[in-house]
Amino acid sequence: MANLNLVQAINLALIQEMEKNHDIVLLGEDIGVNGGVFRVTEGLQKRFGGNRVFDTPLAESGIIGLSIGMAMGGLHPVPEIQFEGFLGPAYDQICSHAARMRTRTRGAFTVPMTIRIPVGGGIHAPELHSDSPEAIYAHTPGLKVVMPSSPYDAKGLLVSALRDPDPVLFFEPKRIYRAIREEVPEDEYTLPIGKARTVCEGTDLTIVSWGASVVQCMQAIEKMSERDGCSIELIDLRTIYPFDMDAVAESVSKTGRCVVVHEAPLTCGFGSEIAARIMERCFLQLEAPVQRVAGFDTTMPYYKLELDYLPDAVRVSRAIHDCLAY
Amino acid sequence: MPITTAYEAKIEHISILDAKGNFDEKLGGVGSKCIIPDADIVKLYAAMVSCRQLDDVAFRLQRSGRMGTYPQNMGQEATSLGAAYALRKDDWMVTCYRENCGLFWRGVPKEAILLHWMGDERGNAMPKPHWVTPIYVPLGTQMLHAAGLTLAAKYRGEDRIACTFFGDGASSEGDFHEACNFAASLHIPVVFVCQNNFWAISTPSKINSAGLTFAQRGLSYGMPCMQCDGNDIFATVYTMQRAIEHARKTGTPCFVEMVTYRLGDHTTADDAKRYRDQEEVDAWKARDPIIRLRNYMVARKLWDDGKEAALQEQVEHENAEAVVRAEGIAAPTRGDFFNSMYAETPQDLLIQRDTMHTHSLGQDPSQLPPEAQARAAQLSAEATAAAAQH
Repeated sequence: MANLNLVQAINLALIQEMEKNHDIVLLGEDIGVNGGVFRVTEGLQKRFGGNRVFDTPLAESGIIGLSIGMAMGGLHPVPEIQFEGFLGPAYDQICSHAARMRTRTRGAFTVPMTIRIPVGGGIHAPELHSDSPEAIYAHTPGLKVVMPSSPYDAKGLLVSALRDPDPVLFFEPKRIYRAIREEVPEDEYTLPIGKARTVCEGTDLTIVSWGASVVQCMQAIEKMSERDGCSIELIDLRTIYPFDMDAVAESVSKTGRCVVVHEAPLTCGFGSEIAARIMERCFLQLEAPVQRVAGFDTTMPYYKLELDYLPDAVRVSRAIHDCLAY
Repeated sequence: MPITTAYEAKIEHISILDAKGNFDEKLGGVGSKCIIPDADIVKLYAAMVSCRQLDDVAFRLQRSGRMGTYPQNMGQEATSLGAAYALRKDDWMVTCYRENCGLFWRGVPKEAILLHWMGDERGNAMPKPHWVTPIYVPLGTQMLHAAGLTLAAKYRGEDRIACTFFGDGASSEGDFHEACNFAASLHIPVVFVCQNNFWAISTPSKINSAGLTFAQRGLSYGMPCMQCDGNDIFATVYTMQRAIEHARKTGTPCFVEMVTYRLGDHTTADDAKRYRDQEEVDAWKARDPIIRLRNYMVARKLWDDGKEAALQEQVEHENAEAVVRAEGIAAPTRGDFFNSMYAETPQDLLIQRDTMHTHSLGQDPSQLPPEAQARAAQLSAEATAAAAQH
C-alpha cells in the first residue's frame, strides 16, 4: 500500500500493466521526455524506452487515427489528448472510426485503445482547458467512457480499461489530480467498467455524481447531515458508459429522491439520461422530481467566473433541500 | 525513356543583420535607402523592448497570483513585429498567442492582452479597426479563418489580405494543411507565417517535421516559400514585404518560415529545463533580436546609453500603467457568461441566469410547501453570499 494521489495512481497502473502487457504503447504530445504536462507519464519513457512511450507531432486527429491503426494491428495504444478541449480535431477519428470499427466489420477489426484525457475545470486554466464533454462520447455508441473520482478507483478502472477489448475514453478530473491522497494497493486489482460505487449510504435521498463533482457532493452531504440531520446516499457512477443503472435504481427506489450532479452543461448532460431512466424504473417510488445540479447551458467561462459556473457544495445543498422539501 | 525531373524547388533563406552584427547592404540598403528608415528603426526597437518588459511584468503577475497561465513571447519579438510593420493597417493579422509585439504595433491595447490571460473574455473584445482576431488557444485552427476573412474581402472587392501566424508544432495539425490547400487552390491571398521556435512545449521541431525546413511545407500546395532569420527585424520586414507584394499582386498565397527561438518556457505552467539544454538556450540568447538591433543602432550612432536608460524607464512606466488599467477593470458581473451566448438569449437560458443564485436548476420554488420556500430562500441567501466570496 502506498499513499498516492490520482496522478501517481494512474502512473502506477500504467507501469504495472506495461510490464505485463508488451502491446501497451503510449503516445501523445509531451508525454515522453516531459512526462506529460500533468506529469502523469513521468519516468515512463526512461523506463520503457522510446518505442513504447513517444512524443508525437502536434495533431490530435493524427494521434487518434494512428492509435486506431495500431489497435487494429494488434497493439493496445494509450494515446493522451493533452486537454479535453483539444478533442475537437480528434472527434472524427474517435466517433467515425474507433466507435464503429467493430460493428462495421462485424468484429473482424477491433479497436482496443485507452484514450487518456485530463478533464474539467477549477484549476484557473485558459480557454478550452476546462470543459466536460463526457456526454458527447457517452452518446456515441461503441465507446466506453470512464471518469474516476479517487486515486484508488483511478488505478482499478485504468487497469480494466487497459485490458478492455473496446475503445475507452478515460477522463481524468484535473481539479483533483493532486487534491486527494489515499491508500492505493500496489497489488493487482481491477474495478469493473460499468459498476458504480456507493460512497456513503443513506435513506432520505440519493445523489448520483462522477468525477471531481463527487468531492463537492461529499462536502454538501457533510454539511446537510450535520445541520439538517438528513441521511443521504452518494453514488459515484465511475463509468458514464456503460453505466450502472441497477445501482442507481436500487438506491432511488429506497430513498425516493434523487439529485444528479455534474460539471457538464445541463441540457443533454448525462444527468438527463439518468433522470429519464429513474423516471422509467422508479416512477412509483419517486417522492419528488429528480433534481440536477450542473454546469449552465453556456460556454465554460474564463477562469474569473469559473467557480460561478461549476457546481459547488452550496448549490448541491440547495438541490438536496429542495428535493427533500418537495 | 530517360527519367526526367518532374519538380524541383529551392527555398531562399534571407538574413540581413546577422547575430555578429554584419549587415547585408545589398538587401537592406544603406542610410536613406535602408528598407527601414532610421526613425522607424528606433520605434521598432522600442516596441520590442516594451514587449519584452511586459513579458517580465506578466510573468511576475502570474507568480504572485494576479494572472493565470501566461505564454511569454521572449525572443520572438521580431517575427510578428516585422509582419505588422510590413502589412497595411487594414490587412488582417490572424494570430495565435505569441504575437504580442505585432499586435501592440497594430494598436491593440496591452491591457486587452493582460485581461485575457487574467481569465476575462473581455480582453478579446478588441477594437475591430485594428483588423486582428482574438487570441486563439486551440493550435493550428486559425489559418482557415485567415483564408475565410480574405475570401470575404475579395468577394466584396477589397484588396485586403491576411497574414496568419502559427508555430512549427501547429503546422502538424490537419487544419493547417487544409488552409494551405484552400488558399492556394481557391486563389486566396494569405501570407502564412510559420514561427519556427524549435519547441512545441517539450516536443522538438524535428518531431513535428522531418523536412529540412518548415517553409517547404508550402511547396506541395503550389505557393512560393521563403525562409528568413526571424530574430533579424530587417529580414522579417524585407521577407514580409516581398510576401505581401506577391499576395496582393497575384491574389494568391505565399509561405514564410521565420526561424526564431522560444527563449522562455512554453507558458508559466511549464519548466523547459526538464527537456532542453541550457547550452542551446544560451546559444540562442546570443542571437537575441533586441540585442542585435541595439548593437546595430549604437554602431550607426542612432542609440546610446542615455537613450537606452530613458527608454527602459518609459516602458516600465507604460507597462505598469497597462497593468493598472487591466486590474482596474471591474470584475465581470456574476452570470456575465450567460449574456454573450447568442444575439438573443433563449428564454431557458435567461431563466438559468436569473435564478442561478436563487433556486435549483429546473426547480420552480412555488412547487415547494410554504415553510420549505422560506428555507429555500435562506439557502439562496447563503449561496449568494458564498458565491460573492469567490
